[in-house]
Amino acid sequence: MDWNVIIKYLPRLFDGAILTLELVAFAVIAGLILALPMGIARASRHWYVRALPYGYIFFFRGTPLLVQLFLVYYGAAQFDVVRQGPLWPYLRDPYWCAVLTMTLHTAAYIAEILRGAIQAVPPGEVEAARALGMSRAQAMLHIILPRAARIGLPAYSNEVILMLKASALASTITLLELTGMARTIIARTYLPVEIFFAAGLFYLAIAFVLVKGFKLLELWLRVDATQGR
Amino acid sequence: MIFDLHGFGPALMAGTLMTIKLALSALCLGLVLGLLGALAKTSPHKPLQWLGGTYSTLVRGIPELLWVLLIYFGTVNLMRSIGEAIGMESLELSAFAAGTIALGLCFGSYATEVFRGAILAIPRGHREAGQALGLSKGRTFWRIILPQMWRIALPGLGNLFMILMKDTALVSVIGLEELMRRSQIAVTSSKEPFTFFLVAAFIYLGLTVVAMTALYFIERRASRGFVRSA
Repeated sequence: MDWNVIIKYLPRLFDGAILTLELVAFAVIAGLILALPMGIARASRHWYVRALPYGYIFFFRGTPLLVQLFLVYYGAAQFDVVRQGPLWPYLRDPYWCAVLTMTLHTAAYIAEILRGAIQAVPPGEVEAARALGMSRAQAMLHIILPRAARIGLPAYSNEVILMLKASALASTITLLELTGMARTIIARTYLPVEIFFAAGLFYLAIAFVLVKGFKLLELWLRVDATQGR
Repeated sequence: MIFDLHGFGPALMAGTLMTIKLALSALCLGLVLGLLGALAKTSPHKPLQWLGGTYSTLVRGIPELLWVLLIYFGTVNLMRSIGEAIGMESLELSAFAAGTIALGLCFGSYATEVFRGAILAIPRGHREAGQALGLSKGRTFWRIILPQMWRIALPGLGNLFMILMKDTALVSVIGLEELMRRSQIAVTSSKEPFTFFLVAAFIYLGLTVVAMTALYFIERRASRGFVRSA
């Protein structure tokens, strides 16, 4: 183990870690916003409302993220319409491709988490809200969603950790996030064990902080107080 | 012709076969590792508990891609020194072996938790009954705990297998000619990235559907005798 090399390249790995965090933060927040209507639609009583998000979720959960990433990054260029379109500067940029794909990917998973959480809200509470004269929309906004957020939070934190690990795939489309940076450094130093080990420690540290952060959030939202009733 | 794919159809089929082989061999390794991990975590010995806990935390906290790269590129020196010691200079880990080890390691770390939950779900009385009948500890596990565990662990393992099958795409990064790598090769010469990656996506989707169906039947068989007729 050559510790000097690890220490020497620590700042560059740190830069990579920042980009990793950026990608993950972007994806899980935008993914949550995108998943909200999908999750609600998935929990609908009407099959035609459920069908569309189901198709989306089926595709994005059934195919590897790597394929989706390549479809967007390399695949978009196959169409002249896209290449002459106004979005081309973004679709040409690996950063925006990674953000877009990761968002679409994680939205499918988060939508399923939301559906499960919405369906796990005790029916008595929904009936109580309706009995108090709330409209369906009001009950959704004031009763079901706040309740579902607390039920789904532990699963959401798992998803964030999974996205942290999935963000390593962005290195395959030339992005220099943590894994990409590690591979670049290895190409120069020929020390794969040391550098991958250091990168692994970064991932572990980030995952550790995220887990602790979500624990605090659960405490703040009083998740435990709503359980077991 | 749509199935012809500029003559790359057979190549993609060969890639699909490689993907399946890789997934199944990683599954075998992962099941063994998961079982060992769960046994270590539920054992009464502190060092074993620590070992199992470290394994599942460490491996689950690091991206699968990093494991694939680490095992493929990180073991070159190790393999060389082993090779020199046993007199086979050119000993090295193939991409398939590295992929199997890396994916098996990751599958095993998650399977550890699934198996642990299943072991804990078997009533303590069963173990005690086994011991009261004079069975050794190993025999109690093999004959009484393990056969009951499978049914409980199966849904969790099924989910993990779906994840594993999609993770096989990562091994294309180290050059194994599975579905993803074959598609990339096809893209290089046909210049139709969208077509080929979409075909690959649908093949993965098909594999997922097949695995889901198979799991449904395995689960139904495993839970026979537990389902009450209405």
